[in-house]
Amino acid sequence: MSESTGVIHDIGYQRYTGPRLGRGPVFGALYLHGLRTVFGFGRSAKAKIFPWLVVGIVIVVAAVVAAVRSQIGQVVITYAQFADTMSWLIIFFVAVAAPELVSRDLRSGVLPLYFSRPLARSDYPLAKLLSLVTALWLLLGGPQLVMFLGAAFTLEEGPRGVWNELLDLLPGLLYAGLWAAVFGAIGLLVAALTGKRAFAAGGIVAVFLMTTPIVGILAILPSQTINELAFLASPMTMVNGVGTWALGDLLFERGEGLPIGGLGPLYAFAAVLLVAGCVVLLLARYRKVATR
Amino acid sequence: MALIATESLTKTYRGGVTALADLTVVVEPGIVGLVGANGAGKSTLIKILLGLLPPTSGQVRVLGLDPTTQPDRVRARVGYMPEHEALPPDLSAAEFVTHLGRISGLPRTVARERASEALRHVGLYEERYRPVGGYSTGMKQRVKLAQALVHDPDLLLLDEPTNGLDPAGRDAMLALIHRIGTEFGISVLVCSHLLGEVERICHTLVAIDGGRLLRADRIDAMTSATDVLAVEVSEGTEELAARLAALRLPVRREGRLLLVELADDDTYDQILGAVAELDLPLHRLDQRRHRVAELFATREPSHV
Repeated sequence: MSESTGVIHDIGYQRYTGPRLGRGPVFGALYLHGLRTVFGFGRSAKAKIFPWLVVGIVIVVAAVVAAVRSQIGQVVITYAQFADTMSWLIIFFVAVAAPELVSRDLRSGVLPLYFSRPLARSDYPLAKLLSLVTALWLLLGGPQLVMFLGAAFTLEEGPRGVWNELLDLLPGLLYAGLWAAVFGAIGLLVAALTGKRAFAAGGIVAVFLMTTPIVGILAILPSQTINELAFLASPMTMVNGVGTWALGDLLFERGEGLPIGGLGPLYAFAAVLLVAGCVVLLLARYRKVATR
Repeated sequence: MALIATESLTKTYRGGVTALADLTVVVEPGIVGLVGANGAGKSTLIKILLGLLPPTSGQVRVLGLDPTTQPDRVRARVGYMPEHEALPPDLSAAEFVTHLGRISGLPRTVARERASEALRHVGLYEERYRPVGGYSTGMKQRVKLAQALVHDPDLLLLDEPTNGLDPAGRDAMLALIHRIGTEFGISVLVCSHLLGEVERICHTLVAIDGGRLLRADRIDAMTSATDVLAVEVSEGTEELAARLAALRLPVRREGRLLLVELADDDTYDQILGAVAELDLPLHRLDQRRHRVAELFATREPSHV
């Protein structure tokens, strides 16, 4: 008791001699900060509304799908189809989240504070990209897990049935990863070009919106090769094309997939190229920004 | 070990603009003022010191490290406060400074502790939990200083830290910088275009103009030899000047004033004696401390 005199001592400035973490943990801190930003954690209540509205929608849709299946015994939407069904919602999510991640920092002049720290120049955009892709994947994959759990507890076939469900779920999650990578890479690149969030959001929606009619035009030209290549023109149909080739009847009823002929591997290659191209441009963009 | 050492440092931007030209300077630890007009090359020098810009030619060392080859090791030991607005409006100061502490490699709990300590040292207490967007300019400048301090650097690079502050805010910021440089044991490089401001708190002054070094020296060396006494008499200025010259005191005329170099306290007595002997009405006699600005005043302005 005699210790507590109630006096606050100003102990002055303390030097820090403890450990300083390396590149990995720093990258992790930036990545987690980005992931929190996307879902509005650590920010105002207003910033939480939209992301959690979207989370609510996808979870409710998944719960309804699972409930319908358990009642009438029919699969309304397969795991892989879930991502396709939600694609427009995801586009709007990207249009809000990507500017939040990068445009805001460009605008407020925060970047010099990052680049004057022992942070590799490429780590900033890569961590942000990984945050966005993770968020999108959680958004598309999480509801699939809800659907899986719903099915697993209502199936009457026992462990074998659960195992079969799992074999359907895993390709669905991989397909969600492809969606997340393509949408995240394009969205973040567009957002990194401007500090104005409204412009960035509009630009992202435009990229996806404007490319869809091109597919429509190319698809009716009188050349089978062009028709089969048409779906490369828009990121959404490109991903659909990869799905048609790689997932087949997990995604489409037999014979209903995109008419891409035997060009499936080309679509997969194009998707990889698209993501890689976006990453290269993103890194180039930040090399330039960092010296300003 | 020198705090900052450059040798023939030159930076030419694409398009032929020369920001730094053959700059050779060595500064010792302490509070260093880097003064020069806008466009003199101060910000370019800071970016080179941080390893953000590669110099066109020449050598540079910061804390004994070469920022062109070991930028990460330099940046781990340096804190940087930029000139322009650099805070996200929707985060609280506590959250933001903690985050940047982690980016500097502090473990999570340490970052949080040091962030609130740094904010306390710059004078932000309960308001640190409010979003930065609602802060005054003075508070924002303090947050910018706190984020430069959070990872306990050995050198602070402050680019125009008093920018946008009112006179009281300027004094408070300068007092804070002085405290950091003297009590915290951290060396500080303060950039400013206001010489009168930095000379109050600096140990060393580096003046550049058009990317060239004007002068670099310890501030006491600059001012100690230049203290003068200003003498004004209502009449008989000529006689007094002649009398003082006869006493072997170095005298200069400046308008109606006589300027006498102050050697020691005897100088006062000698002047007063001379005035009394000549029976002249003494108007004033005061010591004039040469402002450092006068050391540069004779130089032609290189640009308008």
